[in-house]
Amino acid sequence: MLIEYIVGLSGLIAAGLFIYGLKAMSSPVTAVSGIVTAGYGMVFVVGATFLNLFNISPDARPHLLVNVALAVVALLLGCLWTGWRGRTVQMTAMPQMVAIFNGMGGGSAASLAAVSLLSDHATSGLHLSVTIVGALIGCISFTGSIIAWAKLDGRMRKPVRFGGQRIFNAALFLIALVLGALTVMQYATPQGVLPGILFFAAALLFGVCMTLPIGGADMPVVISLYNAFTGLAVGLEGYVMGNPALMIAGMVVGSAGTLLTALMAKAMNRSLTNVLFSNFGDTASSAKGPEGEMKSADPSDAATSMRYASSVIIVPGYGLAVAQAQQKLYEFVKMLVADGVDVKFAIHPVAGRMPGHMNVLLAEAGVPYDMICDMDDINDSFATTDVALIIGANDVVNPEALTDKSSPIYGMPILNAYKARQVFVIKRGSGTGYSGVQNPLFFQKNCTMVFGDAQAVLSKMVEAVKALGTA
Amino acid sequence: MMDSVTSMTFIIALYIFMLAAFTGYVVISRVPSILHTPLMSGSNFIHGIVVVGALDALFNATTLTGQIIGFVGVFLGAGNVMGGYVVTDRMLAMFRPSQKQTPEKKGQP
Repeated sequence: MLIEYIVGLSGLIAAGLFIYGLKAMSSPVTAVSGIVTAGYGMVFVVGATFLNLFNISPDARPHLLVNVALAVVALLLGCLWTGWRGRTVQMTAMPQMVAIFNGMGGGSAASLAAVSLLSDHATSGLHLSVTIVGALIGCISFTGSIIAWAKLDGRMRKPVRFGGQRIFNAALFLIALVLGALTVMQYATPQGVLPGILFFAAALLFGVCMTLPIGGADMPVVISLYNAFTGLAVGLEGYVMGNPALMIAGMVVGSAGTLLTALMAKAMNRSLTNVLFSNFGDTASSAKGPEGEMKSADPSDAATSMRYASSVIIVPGYGLAVAQAQQKLYEFVKMLVADGVDVKFAIHPVAGRMPGHMNVLLAEAGVPYDMICDMDDINDSFATTDVALIIGANDVVNPEALTDKSSPIYGMPILNAYKARQVFVIKRGSGTGYSGVQNPLFFQKNCTMVFGDAQAVLSKMVEAVKALGTA
Repeated sequence: MMDSVTSMTFIIALYIFMLAAFTGYVVISRVPSILHTPLMSGSNFIHGIVVVGALDALFNATTLTGQIIGFVGVFLGAGNVMGGYVVTDRMLAMFRPSQKQTPEKKGQP
């Protein structure tokens, strides 16, 4: 009795710490303390769960030693492997790590469901139905996240699409539902085992098939959606287990994740149905862009004009991250700041691979977060700025999104870099961006291209400014 | 514990779900977009609490199948917890204001 109270209260305390931590994480000033707080909550509740060992069912008592040994080994293996992966992975690879860890949570929720279906305690149909729904969501999140990881990690470059795919997926989903219903109806009978196994197989397969046709650029939204899915699955399995801490934590993440997904989709000007059911990027490549001459310049010329400008706004894109040039960029920025230039970073909501990913990459290079501005805060400043420096970004500064209704990216909010007095673009070549649309900005009179790898170009710029300083 | 489910506890569960859903919504609704990725990772860590349920299931396992599934569940859940924490912590550790001006360079690429 006493143990039940202690374990129950520890769950309550953990849930409170999670909510407090999540709240703290929503401001950059308190964010670090937030995750630490939530971490204490987790250690506390996992530790208290071991007290349940004194309270297990009589049937399980003979297996106690083996079960505890298995639990400790599983805990250690899980923590060591992911802790090592999480510590050593490159910052640019963070989104796929979030995907894989999220998938593991979904898989864990699904196995919880499997365990409670296996145990033949007498339970209500309602209880079983909740178990099945949680299992379905957990399975989708599990395999879906793995596919998302493979796509982001570059192991699966092309979206897989075939005719009638939507009908196939819908049929698969229906089959999973029917098998789930059969499992509930034939629960605890020998005939119920086969539908149960087939149900899990169908649910896992559906997660794969649902994610396969989605393009790489939409993956952040999908991962965020699966994050919400896992939360929901955990909440539902929490009900099945009679554990309110799981219910609260799972449902908080479920709703917060849904909201985050909506915010991300909005920032990319894509509706969720569009992300899940349309084929973006397939038809766009045929779009015809403006023709004309691009001007190009030497890195040192561009650096010189920035050194004598009074204000510079930098627009970083994924190309910067790919070239691993954030450190070099900040070195260059520090030199400009030392010479009295007002430098700001303008971040498009979807710069990098996820909303906020570019902020993380810049922060890693040491850029203080108060130099970094959101799109809405800085967009009006471009008109009064001397130089806009665009590095490895394309679609997010394409003015066509504002003017050309026929453009596939029409309606997407952009950074108004084209309004600056002078625009420099560091770019590897004259190709198009992810959407396959040519960018009329590059042909504008006030725009000059600096072709080359961002790392190499920025090194030359740093040297050019150094040379000016000593002269 | 697992069979003590009556209609009343189901109603209470719905209350808990409703309140928790509102809590999640309110907590996130004013987040600046620069924190979207760390926050997604942070909430990813929080649903790692599923490991607690998996541990309970494994402790009460009586068959080999139950033990195997429980083991997998605990492994996956523990991975969710640890990975989520480490990744979030690494991302958040990088946010600092300009007054400190980066005393040491962390994590060279």
